[in-house]
Amino acid sequence: MTIEKTKDDNILKRLLHSQMIIPLAALLALVVFNLIADPSFFAITINQDSTGNSVLAGQLISILNNGSELAILAIGMTLVTAATGGQDISVGATIAVAGSAMLAVLCGGNMRPDTLAAPIIVAFLFGVVVAMVCGAFNGVMVAVFKVQPMVATLILYTAGRSIAAWINNNALPIIPADSGFGVFGGFIPGVPIPTPVFIAIACFVVIFLVLKFTSLGLYVQSVGINEKAARLNGLNPTFIKWLTFVILGVCVAVAALIKVSRISTINYQTIAADIEMDAILAVALGGNALSGGKFNMGSSILGAYVIQFLTTTLYKFNVASAALPAYKAVVVIILVVLSASIVRAKLSAIWKKIRSPKQAEVEAVK
Amino acid sequence: MATLKLKKSEGAGKRAITDTNLLLTITIVVFAVMYIGAMLFLGRGFLRWQTFFNILNTNASLIITAIGLSIVMICGSIDISVGGVVGLVTMCCAVNLDYQGGSPVTALAIALGIGLAFGLVQGFLVAYLEIQPFIVTLAGMFFARGLTTIIHAEPFNVANEAFLALKDTRITIPFLGSVNNSGNFTAAYMEIGVAVALVLVVLAFVMLRWTSLGRSFYALGGNRQSALMLGINTKRSLFLAHVISGLLAGIAGYVYIMHSASGAVTNADGMEMNAIAASIIGGTMLSGGVGNIIGTFFGVLSLGTIQNIVSSAGFTDAWWAKITVAAMICLFLVIQSIVLARKKQTE
Repeated sequence: MTIEKTKDDNILKRLLHSQMIIPLAALLALVVFNLIADPSFFAITINQDSTGNSVLAGQLISILNNGSELAILAIGMTLVTAATGGQDISVGATIAVAGSAMLAVLCGGNMRPDTLAAPIIVAFLFGVVVAMVCGAFNGVMVAVFKVQPMVATLILYTAGRSIAAWINNNALPIIPADSGFGVFGGFIPGVPIPTPVFIAIACFVVIFLVLKFTSLGLYVQSVGINEKAARLNGLNPTFIKWLTFVILGVCVAVAALIKVSRISTINYQTIAADIEMDAILAVALGGNALSGGKFNMGSSILGAYVIQFLTTTLYKFNVASAALPAYKAVVVIILVVLSASIVRAKLSAIWKKIRSPKQAEVEAVK
Repeated sequence: MATLKLKKSEGAGKRAITDTNLLLTITIVVFAVMYIGAMLFLGRGFLRWQTFFNILNTNASLIITAIGLSIVMICGSIDISVGGVVGLVTMCCAVNLDYQGGSPVTALAIALGIGLAFGLVQGFLVAYLEIQPFIVTLAGMFFARGLTTIIHAEPFNVANEAFLALKDTRITIPFLGSVNNSGNFTAAYMEIGVAVALVLVVLAFVMLRWTSLGRSFYALGGNRQSALMLGINTKRSLFLAHVISGLLAGIAGYVYIMHSASGAVTNADGMEMNAIAASIIGGTMLSGGVGNIIGTFFGVLSLGTIQNIVSSAGFTDAWWAKITVAAMICLFLVIQSIVLARKKQTE
């Protein structure tokens, strides 16, 4: 009996001490809130889409679907945060740049093409290269010129959407509907689950394998914890910091492919607007220190879906999309206040005070 | 004797070019070169005094927010909520003036109240709960932007007569002006907001240079641990820096609506980035401890000038202004980085 009890205690304690507890608690709170407010939130139905496919529909599916880009970005953002102790605020703008570049290749100068001017894979790879160049630029500013990440990425944050508009001469290229480009943001014929979910899962598998079988995670964490010590141990902090920005660039390109494919065109000013804030929040919500160092990738990804859960919940209660940030801000402030070390210390002191008479009783019985 | 003299002069030389002075000099030189270049190559418009004062008129609120941001940045912190607060203040003032029968005085009270409230809450969270300033003020920006749309989503023009009279009050400068095409001399003018901004620049300069609070900001940004050991109440200083920044954002909002006289959700969109850019161009170091309000003032002027140059040089497409601003930030960041690297080498 007693052994079982301690084991239970251990599992509970381990869960309480793990990073996952923050996003899990937030998720639980959201689920309970939705269950009380309107249980139909969790209903999943099978609908016919415009092409006659039967596809899954429902709020949960839309969370998984729309959260894909955010979760993919959260991967790169976690690495950048861990290695540099700063965040990249240019991801939304570079999504616009990469998306614009992909569309430019696909359309080949003609804004209303009947067929694609280049294979999708070529356009995608071009987008990847463009996004990696943007990432490399940020990386050079941060790693070589030692500029604070937030400020270094301010450059592309300011200029990114303008560059995106400039690539296509401010025209709006529209991809023909029957070209098959819409698959990446929609559904593969015959498959009821949205494609972005598969793309996101593929990204998770890749990063999981990379973290498992290479030393990337270890290197990133050691650079983030103590750059000098990492250098003395033979690592090259400049290169590793730069590398995390390039990896984030790849994530941006994948997210851009999904974003552009969803609407088969682009709006330079609104595509992926404010996504940088959500991505940073996902990392913070995942319990990762925004000042760098240790990270937990799974926790960040979970954090991304929790953010999307919150967004979808707010939409369901008819909150206008422009007013959304106000509610998100309140949630964020509550979260960061609760997870602040000073508040935690105070709370646990109060908790001990409340518990101490009881504990004394228990010990007396023993 | 000779060696002693040499050493002395070396020391004097070093003192003459501190980081602050060097960065400030670079900023002023760049601004002067840009403006004189524009006068030589683009001619007429830039030769008139009014063009210069128009840059001030449109950027008065930016000057005020940039002062607040520089102060916060000197402390080694950051406040990206200022754009959102300015937007919120303009909307609240506009609604108060037009729908609630407010007067310029009540609107000013609202502006100051909102700014102070944001400053107090953010300052408390950053300084006393030690939460990362970026996250706190990011949430502040989100909150302000969201609240603005909740208060009033449609853009509208303020029609309050007392306020419009205040808005149209002009301060003419009789000895500066230009002769127009028909040969009449027109004196240059500036709006009240510019006067407010200039007064605040002077106040902030005096505060940072000659008050113990101002010096504690530099100490705090330079090295927090040492500042603590010197007996400075670092938490209180950081708190006050954020309060000042919030309050200045409130004033900036009032100045903004005095210039535009409209309530719109898009008011002051991206202003936080321009304010950060102005501070960086003005030689404020993001790492804290280095900065100068005069530099910030010239930073705003440089931003305004380059936007003017880009549009009068025929690059009327909206994207060029942003791309040039970004290029300027990039240039000044690299300069700062080189200055820092050189300093480390000499140490």
